[in-house]
Amino acid sequence: MAGYLLRRIVQAVLILLGVSFITFVLLYVLPADPVRQIAGRSATQQTVENIRAQLGLDQPMLVQYGRYLAGLVQGDMGRSYLQKTEVSSLISARLPASLLLMAGGILCELAIGLTLGVIAAIWRGRPLDQGLMVTSFVAVSAPQFVVGLLLLYVFAVQLGWFPIGGYGTAAHLVLPAVTLGIMGSGWYSRMMRSSMIEVLRQDYIRTARAKGLTRGRILFRHALPNAILPIIAMIGIDIGIFMGGMVVVESVFGWPGIGQLAWQAIQRVDIPIIMGVTMVSATAIVLGNLLADIVTPLIDPRIKMR
Amino acid sequence: MSVADQGKAPLLSVRGLTVSVRDRGVLRPLVADLDFDLHPGETLAIAGESGSGKSITSLALMGLLPNNVTVSAGQMLLDGTDLGALSEARLREMRGSRIAMIFQEPMTSLNPVQTIGTQLTEAIRAHEPVSRRKARQAATEALRQVRIPEPERRMGQYPHELSGGMRQRVMIAMALALRPALLIADEPTTALDVTVQQEVLDLLRDLQRETGTAVILITHDMGVVAETADRVVVMQAGRMVESGPTARIFDAPRASYTRELLAAVPRLGAGRLRAMPAPPETPQPVARLTDVSVRFDIGANLIGRPTHQVHAVNGVSFDIRPGETFGLVGESGCGKSTIAKALTGLVPHGGRIEVQGAVIDRSSRAARKAGCRDMQMVFQDPMAALDPRMKVGDAVAEPLLIHGIGDHAARQARAAELFERVGLTRDQMSRYPHEFSGGQRQRICVARALALKPRLIICDESVSALDVSVQARVLTLLEELKAELGMSYLFISHDMAVVENVVDRVAVMYLGQIVEMGSRDQVFGDPRHPYTKRILNAVPVPDPAQRGMRVPSPPREIPSPIHPMGTRPASVPLRDMGEGHLVAQ
Repeated sequence: MAGYLLRRIVQAVLILLGVSFITFVLLYVLPADPVRQIAGRSATQQTVENIRAQLGLDQPMLVQYGRYLAGLVQGDMGRSYLQKTEVSSLISARLPASLLLMAGGILCELAIGLTLGVIAAIWRGRPLDQGLMVTSFVAVSAPQFVVGLLLLYVFAVQLGWFPIGGYGTAAHLVLPAVTLGIMGSGWYSRMMRSSMIEVLRQDYIRTARAKGLTRGRILFRHALPNAILPIIAMIGIDIGIFMGGMVVVESVFGWPGIGQLAWQAIQRVDIPIIMGVTMVSATAIVLGNLLADIVTPLIDPRIKMR
Repeated sequence: MSVADQGKAPLLSVRGLTVSVRDRGVLRPLVADLDFDLHPGETLAIAGESGSGKSITSLALMGLLPNNVTVSAGQMLLDGTDLGALSEARLREMRGSRIAMIFQEPMTSLNPVQTIGTQLTEAIRAHEPVSRRKARQAATEALRQVRIPEPERRMGQYPHELSGGMRQRVMIAMALALRPALLIADEPTTALDVTVQQEVLDLLRDLQRETGTAVILITHDMGVVAETADRVVVMQAGRMVESGPTARIFDAPRASYTRELLAAVPRLGAGRLRAMPAPPETPQPVARLTDVSVRFDIGANLIGRPTHQVHAVNGVSFDIRPGETFGLVGESGCGKSTIAKALTGLVPHGGRIEVQGAVIDRSSRAARKAGCRDMQMVFQDPMAALDPRMKVGDAVAEPLLIHGIGDHAARQARAAELFERVGLTRDQMSRYPHEFSGGQRQRICVARALALKPRLIICDESVSALDVSVQARVLTLLEELKAELGMSYLFISHDMAVVENVVDRVAVMYLGQIVEMGSRDQVFGDPRHPYTKRILNAVPVPDPAQRGMRVPSPPREIPSPIHPMGTRPASVPLRDMGEGHLVAQ
């Protein structure tokens, strides 16, 4: 167990190192010049060169990357070019909001997706199943900004049940979390349905029936724990997709998270912030996968951590 | 059972049972008009080949038929109650308490994510209002009753930690925990090794004697029938063709189908009776294995290096002579199939393998391809071995295509010739695998193996999945082909009777090593190694008169072939007992 964790952590660090390098190279070769953005249109060539030297952007790429890494291991993610503040403090101010939104979104997508998937599997081939699967298809295909605006219009503007935007109370969280969760719930309901159908065909379900167990016990004690195993691995991978969705949802609902921060930074080529947000997202994905790998052996005794 | 029991009212009385499947709105019978009685304490075997309706009958009794299958006529009276007329709720109460069932596949019949203890106690608590603690005690007792060592520890274990035989014991414990009046055993030992099969059958018999449970034994194996059943119902294509006491059915079968079925059953000793002299030793064997080992790495340490190795094959040497059938027998996990894989270059091996004088070499694509010219395989499951989307004619011609032999017309002509040779017709070449029966598919696989005119055909459990009558015909075909074309077979099987019938020489494998090797008569007629004796003794004899003549051997688990990196299991040297009869010391 300890050895397994140690190896996984070393792997995680290597992955993050790779992510940082690739992102750095991509940003370096970007045609947009961050210095022009900082200096403004009217700046002279001399001013531009001064700023460039001041930020160290005149150095070779590898030297710049080395400096960045050296800062990173000390917890220094650099300073924003435009906001003149530490990237780490910008991110840490906004991270709780994003984590809250992410937790809400995952909860929504699992609650909706798994429930509908199980229901569809039980009534497979019947009209209810077919209806649910069409609905899930719509959920998967609907763009998040459309879903977000639609929910806002109906539940905030027309019905007035939830605030239109902002952050602070539990009521503020509902619409963004549902918007974020709806697409995933479509995926999960389909996956859960096929996983459940597969499990219900297994010999041990027949054994459970031959023992004279009730239908409910067969479903919840025998089928569900087996059917959920492949789903857990998916959740880890899914966090990556979630990060993309958060950028959209945060701007639709004015949610003060790192998605918005990233969006503004990309528009203004604020490289330290882009780097910082990318690293934080990558860490979240790596941790999500690690968590999924730790949870799976707790449910499935056949899988050992090694 | 005894004559006295026959006079009593039957426990189960099945009258005119018809089970039908709804197929595009029409009811098509799977089982038609079945009648039989079962008395308390009696064992009734329902015997038949695949498609005979024997399993459907058992599912109908349990009320576990698939959704589109229903009991369309007749009665199943258990103590006077018609099971077919009960509501699902009443049936549920009966299942597990009055009628219990054990299934063919012990490996998949237990829930992998729950402990043995949980699965046993819930079976008890589903029917008896007892405390968790009481139920656990009863469950532990049930495990003790099926002679599982250390029952307390087993309660906390998961199914994957137990061997197949142990899992089937758990299934039996679960089925018998509530002392049901009727136990249905659907092919309970088919998936088990022969020695384990013997243990499980002995156990079932003893438990039946202790508890007085009536047993319906569903099986295709006439040997198992002869050893366990009081009475037999023989079924074919959904109908009962004959029923009666076991001894009468075996001694004087009335229906022609029963006679054919019994004639097709392979019997130990039959090979010896029609023996032909084995091909002599020649300077160049078809295949020569010298000190061959196959190991697989498993586990991982801190830096991801493997920590253990599975020693699947350990220092095996033998020759296959031109024109002979060389048998390789042993129980599951003994390494016999791994040898086939090493021979064909599918897994890396240590030691030296020569086929037709050329060393098997996995280093290059060309070398691997060249090896296939002389050597082909016929696998166990013909459905899985044929591409479902490829016409069978193309499948047979494909080896020629891969090796660039002839043009399209020549290849098709060769395929047609092969089709006719294996007993199929030319016009069947444009069909797909699903349009054929299991036996026909295996003929197609044989034709494909013959396409390149190999000198060695490896038959890895090639007839194990077939019904006995089909099996007999495929074996006959293989013999004819050998006589005609003169190639050699490496015949790998767990079925001792089949092997005795077809081989010239045979090697017995145990834990990755050969423990005994020699001619058929040496090994089967005069077995020297205790393991050979043990598996031969365990083969069920399809003759009720010989029942109870076997000396029961104590249950034993096979040790693990997994060893820490760097350590090797000891190689057991073989000693010549005379005339090439080699026995491990």
